[in-house]
Amino acid sequence: MATVVLPPRHYLNDGYGIKSWLLTRDHKRIALLYLAGVTFFFFVGGAMAVLIRLELATPAGDLVSDETYNKLFTMHGVMMVFFFLIPAIPSVLGNFLVPIMIGAKDLAFPKINLLSWYIYIVGGLFTLYSLVTGGVDTGWTFYTPFSTVSSTTNVISTALGIFITGFSSILTGLNFIVTIHRMRAPGMTWFRMPLFLWSTYATSLINVLGTPVIAITVLLVAVERIFHFGFFNPALGGDPVLFQHLFWFYSHPAVYIMVLPAMGVISELVAGACRKPVFGYHFVAFASLAIAVLGFLVWGHHMFVAGQSVYAAMIFSILSFLVAIPSAVKVFNWTATMWKGAVSWETPMLYAYGFIGLFTIGGLTGLFLAAIGVDVHVTDTYFIIAHFHYIMVGGTIMGYLGGLHYWWPKISGRLYNEGLAKLAAGIIFVGFNLTFFPQFIVGYLGMPRRYHAYPPEFQVLNVLSSAGASILGVGYLIPMVYLMWSLRYGRLAGSNPWGVVGLEWTTTSPPPTENFTETPVVTWDAYDYPARMEGHVV
Amino acid sequence: MEMVHPHPPALAHQFDDLDQQRDAATLGMWVFLVTEVLFFGGLFLTYSVYRSWYPQAFAASSHELVVWAGTLNTAVLITSSLTMALAVHAAQTGERRPMLMFLIITMLLGATFLGVKAFEYYTEYAEHHIPGLDFRFEPEYFRHAQIFFSLYFMMTGLHALHMVIGLGIMSVMLWWAWRGTITAEYYSPIEISGLYWHFVDIVWIFLFPLLYLIGRHVH
Repeated sequence: MATVVLPPRHYLNDGYGIKSWLLTRDHKRIALLYLAGVTFFFFVGGAMAVLIRLELATPAGDLVSDETYNKLFTMHGVMMVFFFLIPAIPSVLGNFLVPIMIGAKDLAFPKINLLSWYIYIVGGLFTLYSLVTGGVDTGWTFYTPFSTVSSTTNVISTALGIFITGFSSILTGLNFIVTIHRMRAPGMTWFRMPLFLWSTYATSLINVLGTPVIAITVLLVAVERIFHFGFFNPALGGDPVLFQHLFWFYSHPAVYIMVLPAMGVISELVAGACRKPVFGYHFVAFASLAIAVLGFLVWGHHMFVAGQSVYAAMIFSILSFLVAIPSAVKVFNWTATMWKGAVSWETPMLYAYGFIGLFTIGGLTGLFLAAIGVDVHVTDTYFIIAHFHYIMVGGTIMGYLGGLHYWWPKISGRLYNEGLAKLAAGIIFVGFNLTFFPQFIVGYLGMPRRYHAYPPEFQVLNVLSSAGASILGVGYLIPMVYLMWSLRYGRLAGSNPWGVVGLEWTTTSPPPTENFTETPVVTWDAYDYPARMEGHVV
Repeated sequence: MEMVHPHPPALAHQFDDLDQQRDAATLGMWVFLVTEVLFFGGLFLTYSVYRSWYPQAFAASSHELVVWAGTLNTAVLITSSLTMALAVHAAQTGERRPMLMFLIITMLLGATFLGVKAFEYYTEYAEHHIPGLDFRFEPEYFRHAQIFFSLYFMMTGLHALHMVIGLGIMSVMLWWAWRGTITAEYYSPIEISGLYWHFVDIVWIFLFPLLYLIGRHVH
């Protein structure tokens, strides 16, 4: 075996010192800036979750007051949704991979890319400020008129934090759309693109079409509070349900902003692990676009009990069922890809298996909720909490961690400890299911969300959930340790440690600042196995 | 890296040539304008819902606006779109003096718009039409008129903010045109700034009838 050496010149040694990072325009360095940001906010949001699960270990509301509890679940939701789940995969993995996967030197607008990181951080600081100066208690949904008239907590600064951060999503989405349209290397046609790019493109469409609507909506909430204007105030004849329409017009598609990039990661992992082309490439690619389009037509299913007309509810119900079709296309096609493939058991693949199973459970319970009758029964119960955590944690975080492990050798140039990584993946899977599966049951039995106390008969299931949460927490800490460790002590990865195809594996690990020493010319389809594999195995 | 080909100074490193760079910049601005449509779209939706619920109150409130000022401003903005288009044309053909002149006229017209708008805001303030600030209106429509005026100030205020940003962009363009950065080969900054300017005008073209004109026949 030839000795693997670090390339003499790569993006990590192209300039040292704090300025070379904070003023960088290299998409790969900006991806790492985002990695630091989203990891920080993940652990801030996680700390809130720890306190929530500690409180719920006993039926009495004995650890924190009801008001503190309201603030805990609100800040948990705000931090996790807006500052971790939405930016995580696009801004970290997407930023790193989009230009490399299309054979470009950088994104179309490198300065705007850096700007969007700063906007993200400023929005995050606003929100942290609201947290340390007393928090906010409206729930992450900011329902009016409570948020505009009644609540006495820091609604304005939190709303402005979300408003600001939204522009970071918009600019990142805009950058990806223009880059994918205009920067592809010679021969890199749309249907030769890796499926990760199709899902990133679909996500970017949602980002640029949906985020402006949440921006104006939270701005209206802030202005109504600051100037005592009336947009949603029933005392003036305003309509609080109109707020819900505007809010969910973005916030339902936001679920797809979170899960579509994870689906893109899984397509890469499945193809890489099985060394086979993804089954039904075109179907998987168009399923991403179909999810992006249908995702905009289903927001009313969050409002079945909000006084919506029964006809509107029926239409939203049917449209919500339709989203299952492209989602199922993906799941079936990944499974078909694995069929008769040489399925491997490396760490990224463990996360991919986890994703496919957990996303399927999350997706199928979503169909329960699209059915109006069932939804009315379980609205505002722990069934909902379990459902969307299966999508957001079981789906998005599994995809994110799988992708991080898959591309870590490319990002850092080094290999992590495979044994520890497998152990962590197992702990996360067990901890996740122990945390959230009991919540399906306790929710179906009628335990409502957003209360700090509950009847004693629900305690067993809640203790299981809290125990699972502590296991899950440990599982999330382990990768922090061995990934950091690998930066210094890990074995060198070489350009293609997995022996897979794809433009990103043809350049060095870590890649040079301009990604490729000369612009690649693409003459093959994505996942061109086994034809292109031979020449690339290190 | 050795320079094999002559490298135009305006070409950023990530692009192969100026054509690709110009295409990317233009597409970027169009995508940004799409986000702006959705941003204002939330307001237009809110306006439409409440206008269909409270048509009388909206008509009565609309009557309180200074129609001649809105009409004047509409004319001012449409004229500024013409001079903006002429500035872009001058940039494309590399005529420096007309380009500078049309940019200055565009900025003067934009500033005129904001001046007239300030006068209107002052009039509404003097007549106690600002919600939350000793609002006064005929009792029949007192509640719903506040929704109208909340929307009026929010919509025209955000539009005016876009005008201010537009004037900032035009100042930069004027500076670049003055020092010779803009040439017949590299004019896309002015072209895409023009797209933004026209977009802000078009928003006003919708705001003017919705706020000032619709419902005037009701009384």
